Amino acid sequence: MYSGYLGVDVGSVSINLIVMDDDNQVIEKLYLRTEGKPILMLKHGLNLLHKRLPAGFKILSVGVTGSGRNLASLMLGADVVKNEITAHGVAAITFVPDVKTVLEIGGQDSKIIIIRDGVIVDFAMNTVCAAGTGSFLDRQASRLNVPIEEFGIKALKSTTPVRIAGRCAVFAESDMIHKQQLGYNEEDIINGLCEALVRNFINNLGKGKEIIEPIVFQGGVAANVGIKRAFEKLLEKEIYIPKNFDVMGAIGVAILAKEHYEKTGHTSFKGFDVADINYKTKSFECGGCENICEVVQFIADDKVVARWGDRCGKWSNMSKDGVEAKEGEKKAMA
Amino acid sequence: MKITFPHMGNTYIAAKAFFEGLGMDVVIPKPCNKSTLEIGTKCSPESACLPLKVNLGNYLDCIERGADTVILSGSCGPCRFGYYGIVQKEILKDMGYDIDFIIIDPLQDSLKRFLQPIKKLFTGHSLAKIYKVGRAAFQVVKEIDELEYMTFKIRPREKRKYETDTVYADFKREVLKVTGPYEILDVIRKYKQKLLSIDIHRGLNPLKIGIVGEIYTIIEPYVNLNVEQKLGNMGVEVDRSLSISRWIDDNVTRRFFRPGHRENEVERAAKPYIPLCVGGHGRECVGHTLLYSRKGYDGIIQILPFGCMPEIVAESVLPTIRKDTGIPIMTLVVDELTGETGYNTRLEAFVDMILRKKERSKSKCTVDI
Repeated sequence: MYSGYLGVDVGSVSINLIVMDDDNQVIEKLYLRTEGKPILMLKHGLNLLHKRLPAGFKILSVGVTGSGRNLASLMLGADVVKNEITAHGVAAITFVPDVKTVLEIGGQDSKIIIIRDGVIVDFAMNTVCAAGTGSFLDRQASRLNVPIEEFGIKALKSTTPVRIAGRCAVFAESDMIHKQQLGYNEEDIINGLCEALVRNFINNLGKGKEIIEPIVFQGGVAANVGIKRAFEKLLEKEIYIPKNFDVMGAIGVAILAKEHYEKTGHTSFKGFDVADINYKTKSFECGGCENICEVVQFIADDKVVARWGDRCGKWSNMSKDGVEAKEGEKKAMA
Repeated sequence: MKITFPHMGNTYIAAKAFFEGLGMDVVIPKPCNKSTLEIGTKCSPESACLPLKVNLGNYLDCIERGADTVILSGSCGPCRFGYYGIVQKEILKDMGYDIDFIIIDPLQDSLKRFLQPIKKLFTGHSLAKIYKVGRAAFQVVKEIDELEYMTFKIRPREKRKYETDTVYADFKREVLKVTGPYEILDVIRKYKQKLLSIDIHRGLNPLKIGIVGEIYTIIEPYVNLNVEQKLGNMGVEVDRSLSISRWIDDNVTRRFFRPGHRENEVERAAKPYIPLCVGGHGRECVGHTLLYSRKGYDGIIQILPFGCMPEIVAESVLPTIRKDTGIPIMTLVVDELTGETGYNTRLEAFVDMILRKKERSKSKCTVDI
């Protein structure tokens, strides 16, 4: 067991790294808070992971996912760069082969994935609103002064249902405060919040979708037993939570990375040493036309590795000469 | 009189052609960007739909450069757009700008009522000239749509990545440097040739996705975060259900020259699901979705501004169509968001889902054979 596959999920709230063996078993797993510093935390995570793995451990290939996947891909030299829907779907199918529905709630995103015969056939993600996501719970927990880890356990102690408006996080908050003032007890209010979130999720994402068992619930929020029970109550169906529910996205891309390795026998992984490289991003406004695009330059040890954010493609397409665009050049390109 | 108008995709090129052809003074708004949105949002009611805000951003930019008259198309459909002109005039008035609005409503029952507001615009020009320039401008509209639709086909097939984008960006720069419909037509034709000379993979059979939804959001690239360009660069061929030339054909030509001919192919297709006009392009959205599925498209993306009533009606019908036809459909709601990561993820996931499904059914076929 001296080789394996690395899967990395760079999300808005957490960065997850996992190393998996040939039998899809997780050897090491790391769950770190992003804290708005994806590059720094990813480097930190790589260092930690490297120390934990046995000496001489070989990474056969690497997959990245999450909203920071492109950044992570540049840093690591990833073989597979995939969106979160595919990653979560693949992981669910691998561990629950006959899965029909995947519910995933993360920090800023929530998704429902419909699977039939082992293929994703439909999905939905929350749109402009974050009411049905983990940050909604985080916010209310801090308002109630309850640590988020205890949130679910408290909800289970509820005896009397208290209804809280869940359409919008702002409505929910004022509704919750009013109920507090009327003297409802904390457990019942917390349970009401869990049910509000689940109602919002099903109404928004489940609209017009057939939610059939087996149902797999993954993502950080699956740790919350209150939410699990609320789903079971509303859907009147059993909900299954996989062992590594919190890192399923990372597992999904690791599986895809394994497939890649089996097909090609090759990896572009740059090694754990990348943690020592000095990465930074610099952005500037291109003055080439009235679009005024925000162009981001990704710099590794003073060399520009990539550029993106431009609409016309002149920056992203520019030969990766490794030279940072100087003020004058930006004008000259105009 | 210094004329201006709001942006909507490439419409400004045709408007420029028309008004310059008649020798009028035109101020073209800067392409929509962050500051357009910022200015527009600041002076609009919070609950108004996104196009109204972006429009106001356009006007204020042009008012600063001397524009005093806004030309806007009206709409008689039961959708908030029908009140845009009136509301926007009031908002500008409250801000201290006395701007004249000329609203061109589609021709309905009375020719007199149609001509009344635009009479002012054309005083001093002979009918013959208006007709001649109008025809040339309509040719510009048609050809510019043709050029844009060419990019939809060429982009996913190009051998050198971003070549189409580069040619298209050059075109947009050059077309602003010339005056009047004939010079503009020359530039359009020159760039059509340039697009055709791009080296492409000929035998390639890319995924095909149809874009449906609210007309303004699907035509104005700033608002839909360049969805066609993004999909094209992912290797997907797109088709957009609505374009300015098709809109003119439906709302002017059809009503003006062929008043008897009312129901079209799209409305017929939509009939089993939405048999009547629900405002905006709600019915058209459903009709186009069905037509695309019949033409063998691989997927549909519906785009609407947050809170758009007609499209919400259409959205609620789409799951039934997905069930009946099996075509994958995704709805994207746009608002003042400019963070593109989440948007890109959804597009990527949608394309990936269709590709994987296709791969699977292909491998199944080979097993069956």
